[in-house]
Amino acid sequence: MANGIIIYIEHLKGIISDISFEILGAARKIADDTGMTLYAVLAGKTVDSLLPGLGKADLVITIEDDSLEMPNPEAIADILNDVGSAKGITLFMVGGTNVSSGIGAILSSKQKIPLINLCKNVRHENGCILATNQLFGGKIFSEIKIEDSKGVFCIYPGSYKSEAGKSDKFPQTEKFDYKPKVSKIKFNKIIEPDLSDVDISKEDILVSVGRGIGNKDNISLAEELVAVLGGAVSASRPVIDQGWLPLNRQVGKSGMIVKPKLYLALGISGAPEHVEGMKDSSLIVAINKDPAAPIFNFAHYGLCADIEDIVPVLTESIRNKKG
Amino acid sequence: MNIVVLLKMVPDVVEELKIGDDFKSLDSDWLRYILSESDEHALEQAIILKEKYGGTITAVAPEAPEVDDALYSALAKGADRVVKIKGEWDIYRAPGLAFVFTRFIEINNLLGEHTLILSGSQAIDDLEGELVYYLAERLGLPGCCVVTSVQYNSDGNSITLLKEFSAGLRGEFEVSLPAVIGIQAAENPPRYIPIAKIRSIMKTQKIEEIEIPLEGVPPGIAIEKLFEPVGLERAEFLEGNPEEVSRRLVEIFSEKGII
Ligand SMILES: Cc1cc2nc3c(=O)[nH]c(=O)nc-3n(C[C@H](O)[C@H](O)[C@H](O)COP(=O)(O)OP(=O)(O)OC[C@H]3O[C@@H](n4cnc5c(N)ncnc54)[C@H](O)[C@@H]3O)c2cc1C
Ligand SMILES: Nc1ncnc2c1ncn2[C@@H]1O[C@H](COP(=O)(O)O)[C@@H](O)[C@H]1O
Repeated sequence: MANGIIIYIEHLKGIISDISFEILGAARKIADDTGMTLYAVLAGKTVDSLLPGLGKADLVITIEDDSLEMPNPEAIADILNDVGSAKGITLFMVGGTNVSSGIGAILSSKQKIPLINLCKNVRHENGCILATNQLFGGKIFSEIKIEDSKGVFCIYPGSYKSEAGKSDKFPQTEKFDYKPKVSKIKFNKIIEPDLSDVDISKEDILVSVGRGIGNKDNISLAEELVAVLGGAVSASRPVIDQGWLPLNRQVGKSGMIVKPKLYLALGISGAPEHVEGMKDSSLIVAINKDPAAPIFNFAHYGLCADIEDIVPVLTESIRNKKG
Repeated sequence: MNIVVLLKMVPDVVEELKIGDDFKSLDSDWLRYILSESDEHALEQAIILKEKYGGTITAVAPEAPEVDDALYSALAKGADRVVKIKGEWDIYRAPGLAFVFTRFIEINNLLGEHTLILSGSQAIDDLEGELVYYLAERLGLPGCCVVTSVQYNSDGNSITLLKEFSAGLRGEFEVSLPAVIGIQAAENPPRYIPIAKIRSIMKTQKIEEIEIPLEGVPPGIAIEKLFEPVGLERAEFLEGNPEEVSRRLVEIFSEKGII
């Protein structure tokens, strides 16, 4: 086995992303199983305030530079490459988030090692590192085996419990000398979502529509249901991309993370990027025509049916019940 | 302002997917291919830019079932030139495709001072992901993914773009040209083109075909096996006519204190 694993600690706006704790937990287990050392790379303009809580790493390698104010995948890949070369390590784990996208491929190109994307379960078995990946919108899984401890594993958010990576121990740290290169990408500003009319992350009930709703007019089916049930209408990405609902209604990887008491998914397939945003809802009910839709792997109750057949009747039943 | 758009066909996941006898690939008899959704957005973004600022669009795609339809449709939408790269594509994933595509750009001398290379930000069959960044590394260009809007800046040498983060946050970045950009969603939904228009294009315009020598193409990583999701708790399915399942749902909602 190799002598260590290097993981990247992602953070945005002064907060460590949940994915970093997921990875800390997953990598800690592999390190314990194999006797490898777990290095966590923390880079930013200033990083001291982020250190407490990273105690699951054997060593946190810190890099501070003004140019690292925003997470720039090019620079992060460069740093991971340098740290890897300095420590003689070729095994990396990074987050499969929008913020970190690109780090894996750039690092893979530089180190000439494979990138394994969409990993939900990376583990050690008999001297090999194995990974399970979710492909085709979560409908098919694949298994990958790396025998030589060379690779960048991109961990899909929500694959692990972040608690396993949390710690109240202050980690050991080491400063790393890094000379920033001139980047052809300049950060201008962050744009906050417009939540003036609704903040779906604060609603107790969400009736969420996906591409299966068929057309813009049919969104009224969801609106009528919300009128009797309460809550708000939210949506998957294609509905937003079609311009059928505004951006602040999007649930998922790029959209909002929601945890309502009831999440009613209408015509949503349950792609990983959507599930990431709603899987912790207390009660999930899915209506979908396709019995193989991955959403049924996450819902508590499922109806294999056509939205147009069920929703008007359901709305009527609730109206009667409420009187 | 020349734009090169990279397109790829992928299995339509709304259809039933069957695993092949080798347990390493999908059974192609069952597959229906569609243009990768984010590639469709990349093409739309290219056309929006061309309408605003002029320039020419070259769209290129590796050979795959139904790819001709996608390329004719690209012509009908406003691409100036469409090219099909001949060959067996299944075995070459992002690193291999980046290699082939780099050769394509070199052979055709497509990389100018202001060239913008657009592709989808992620494909559904993306095990080794992030083609855009593999390409950017090979070409020595800046790369950026999960982008939802692109504008040329008045200096003519750079673009301003919006990149999605999480929780509805987006970042605005300025990127110097040439650059490789992965589009997640175009500023407008992809336009609809009537079949009749595509049919007439088929009669008057041609898809160019090119072969790229494959010496040196990096191999993809080996898949041990494909399998259907396991270890996940399936939903309890409610059966019956709409009235019956609605009644049952109302009971469940009441039990849980939702209504
Ligand atoms: C970087 C990145 C970020 C992304 N961010 C997000 C995000 O924030 N949020 C998000 O949602 N997605 C996101 N996606 C997209 C995601 O991968 C999926 O493409 C998307 O979630 C699919 O939406 P959908 O389920 O509505 O559509 P589809 O996958 O097309 O599913 C439609 C479903 O409707 C069913 N259906 C059709 N007609 C009916 C009917 N009449 N009655 C009942 N059911 C019907 C079908 O069986 C199908 O299962 C992102 C992707 C990437 C690469
Ligand atoms: N000529 C091309 N060769 C390869 N991939 C392409 C090509 N064009 C586009 N891609 C697209 O690039 C995007 C990123 O691919 P991937 O890195 O596999 O997620 C996907 O949307 C692919 O469909």
